[in-house]
Amino acid sequence: MSTLNTAAETAAMPSWLGGLKSRLQQLLAFASLIVIFAFFSIANSTFFTYGNVTSILFSTVVIGTLALGTTFVIITGGIDLSIGTGMTLCAVMAGVFITNWDLPIWLGILGAVLFGGLIGLVNGVNIALLKIPPFIATLAMMLVAQGLALVISHSAPIYFSDHPGYVKISTGNLLGFDFPNAVLVLLAATVICAIVLNRTILGRYTFSIGSNEEATALSGINVRRWKILIYTLAGLFIGLAGVMISARLASAQPATGQGYELQAIAAVVIGGTSLAGGKGSIVGTLIGALIISVLNNGLQIMSIPQEWQNVILGVVILVAVYADMIRKKEA
Amino acid sequence: MSDYLLEVEGVSKEFPGVKALDDMRVNLRHGEVLALVGENGAGKSTLMKLLSGVYTADSGTFRLNGEPLEVLGPKDAQEKGISIIFQEFNLMPHLTVAQNIFIGREPRSGVFLSDRALNKEAAELIDRLGLPLDVRARVGDLTVAKQQMVEIAKALSHDAKVLIMDEPTAALNDAEVQTLHDLIRRFKSPDTGVIYISHRMDELKAISDRITVIRDGRYVDTLDTRETTLREVISLMVGRAITSDAKPENVRPDRAVLLEVEGLSTKELLKDVSFELREGEILGFAGLMGAGRTEVARAIVGADRISAGTIRLRGREIAVHNPADAARHRIGYLSEDRKALGLLLEQDVSANIGLSSLAERFSRFGFVDFGAVRERAQAMVKTLSIKTPSVSQTVKFLSGGNQQKVVIAKWLVKDCDVLIFDEPTRGIDVGAKEEIYALLNELAEQGKSIVMISSELPEVLRMSHRVVVMTEGRVSGVLEHHEATQERVMHLATLRPDENVADATELGLVPAAATSGQPNDTDPEVGDR
Repeated sequence: MSTLNTAAETAAMPSWLGGLKSRLQQLLAFASLIVIFAFFSIANSTFFTYGNVTSILFSTVVIGTLALGTTFVIITGGIDLSIGTGMTLCAVMAGVFITNWDLPIWLGILGAVLFGGLIGLVNGVNIALLKIPPFIATLAMMLVAQGLALVISHSAPIYFSDHPGYVKISTGNLLGFDFPNAVLVLLAATVICAIVLNRTILGRYTFSIGSNEEATALSGINVRRWKILIYTLAGLFIGLAGVMISARLASAQPATGQGYELQAIAAVVIGGTSLAGGKGSIVGTLIGALIISVLNNGLQIMSIPQEWQNVILGVVILVAVYADMIRKKEA
Repeated sequence: MSDYLLEVEGVSKEFPGVKALDDMRVNLRHGEVLALVGENGAGKSTLMKLLSGVYTADSGTFRLNGEPLEVLGPKDAQEKGISIIFQEFNLMPHLTVAQNIFIGREPRSGVFLSDRALNKEAAELIDRLGLPLDVRARVGDLTVAKQQMVEIAKALSHDAKVLIMDEPTAALNDAEVQTLHDLIRRFKSPDTGVIYISHRMDELKAISDRITVIRDGRYVDTLDTRETTLREVISLMVGRAITSDAKPENVRPDRAVLLEVEGLSTKELLKDVSFELREGEILGFAGLMGAGRTEVARAIVGADRISAGTIRLRGREIAVHNPADAARHRIGYLSEDRKALGLLLEQDVSANIGLSSLAERFSRFGFVDFGAVRERAQAMVKTLSIKTPSVSQTVKFLSGGNQQKVVIAKWLVKDCDVLIFDEPTRGIDVGAKEEIYALLNELAEQGKSIVMISSELPEVLRMSHRVVVMTEGRVSGVLEHHEATQERVMHLATLRPDENVADATELGLVPAAATSGQPNDTDPEVGDR
């Protein structure tokens, strides 16, 4: 009775070892980050400089913010394809609030973030109540957001030239030296997400739903309500990303956004979160986002054409997911 | 010509931990319908899977017309003349009747499929069998009965010698059953035979020539249908010796009613299910597979939508729209499928035990107090003696019995008053079973009200203060523990007394009024439907 034997053997395994194994993917991702980083540092002398490292961090902000929220969704076993164009729509809304309506900057930011939450809420309702598969529901939302961004902006960028304060959210140096605020925002968002995922009921239910949605429901948890909440939370991060990207560009560019969702999902997956749900970590996602930026930046510095950068990123995703599968088989 | 069409001799098949078949014997004569009956888990499906080549026997021989028979797989079985119609149809709903019948061997002209030849051949076959089918109809649009005819046509298109049917009438109405039986009678010929597996005792009389009874993977006896009574068949089916003399504990008539279920119906199966659950009582739910016991449980906790019925808790009607509502009313359901529906297998013991009461007991302002969860989980591990290295152990590494205890612990932490156990000892070894029994008795003694759904009759009889028997989505009787015998429960579980007056009378299941004062030894509730 081979299955029972292995179960019995594994049962004898001390629990800390189990804990270590579950951290392995994170360690693996972190080790890969170091290796890639070291490789570029040796290969090109301009890579490991203060300016370049901050620029890598700076370029991680948008993908990272999107990836943080998406981590929750993916841990539940869902997916969110609307984050890229949703972000653009939120950026446009920030432009509407601040430039067109002349609202105070803080109110404009709040409005844009809450608008992201609204996008997530709609996704959540479609998925949890109407039972539309997450892939389809968020694909539809991706198109809706893309179209609405163009409609609302009349297909023209909205500039924040009269609101230098808004741009400072991204490019200002709150710390007093050359370190962009955007990175601070990403770090703060990461800490908040890590706390929510690991310390709160919402986080526990996120894992429970991803592990076994039906068992969670039969345990007396209102799964529908929590799923709506989780998609709404992810939506807030869509809004935040919209603010960050428009502040960085000093404008809302309504025709952009597509493609970001795939990069963000790639970051989550590289970070060890399973698309099957039930497993994942915020720190892993941050590392995943960093790996993508380091690759993009390093390959660019080495003058490798954009086309090849995509090829390499694709291979990295395959390797990361395959490594994860191997690990699971061994566990 | 040999004496038998199909012979199964001394066949054994062992799975890890269970002997599914032990020295099994089945002899099918030429031109007969042999009924194969047995309780849940008697070994019928294993036998079918051996005959269709899905499994290979550990030992024993099969012979077809006296020739040794070795079946390599389902396709091979068909080619050798053995066709099996499973309960779950193997049809493509989007294809037509003709396409389904000839799937994998479509007539062609050159490289292209020839629809004309296909439909013509199919129409000829359908005509020969005298089936009311349109070969161009989409199978998905047909009724279940007609879909079954397609299956049969498909089977017979292979020139079957032996036709094996698993519970063919489970989803059919009486008229459709008649049509099926006519078809079977037409198929019977001096060089063919039918093995007819069914739980419906009344049908055996109508269609079978002989009845083979199997029990716990062993051959019991073969009876001539005309010379036997249903009573005899049933007592052979259940006639296993009860190994334990354990009896239900603390049976008392004076318990207050806690939960009342009235007229519960669902679109799919349940019809007017009513029963009462009393405080501190273990109420057994017996019945055959598909009788609707799990569906009752799921309906009560709001996991499935009901079409009619009320649920009252302590006399007050409660609205249960989902399991969260049920949990709020302290009603917990422990699924028969622990792995798929009861546990978060990849998570640890503590996360599983705390799951149901996280929001209510272990959190402040949305933050989880993991220390408190662990402490409580550790306490439960001790109380229920769950064998695990620690509460951080991943649940999938625990044994079945300990996994079951984790699920129980989850609902005890939630402080449920009503616990609905669905097959509480399925997949659990003997020693651990006793522990679960002791635990159930203890919980009842503490005042918890327990519904215990079980397919193992001895388990039902040794644990239940009262037994609710279900058949085909309905309650066919409620027995006090002193009235509940294996035979009586099985009668109620296999019969449809309202539709089979003669059989019902034979078994004394018809209310006294209807049988002109004939002595009636069963509970009055039985006929009261």
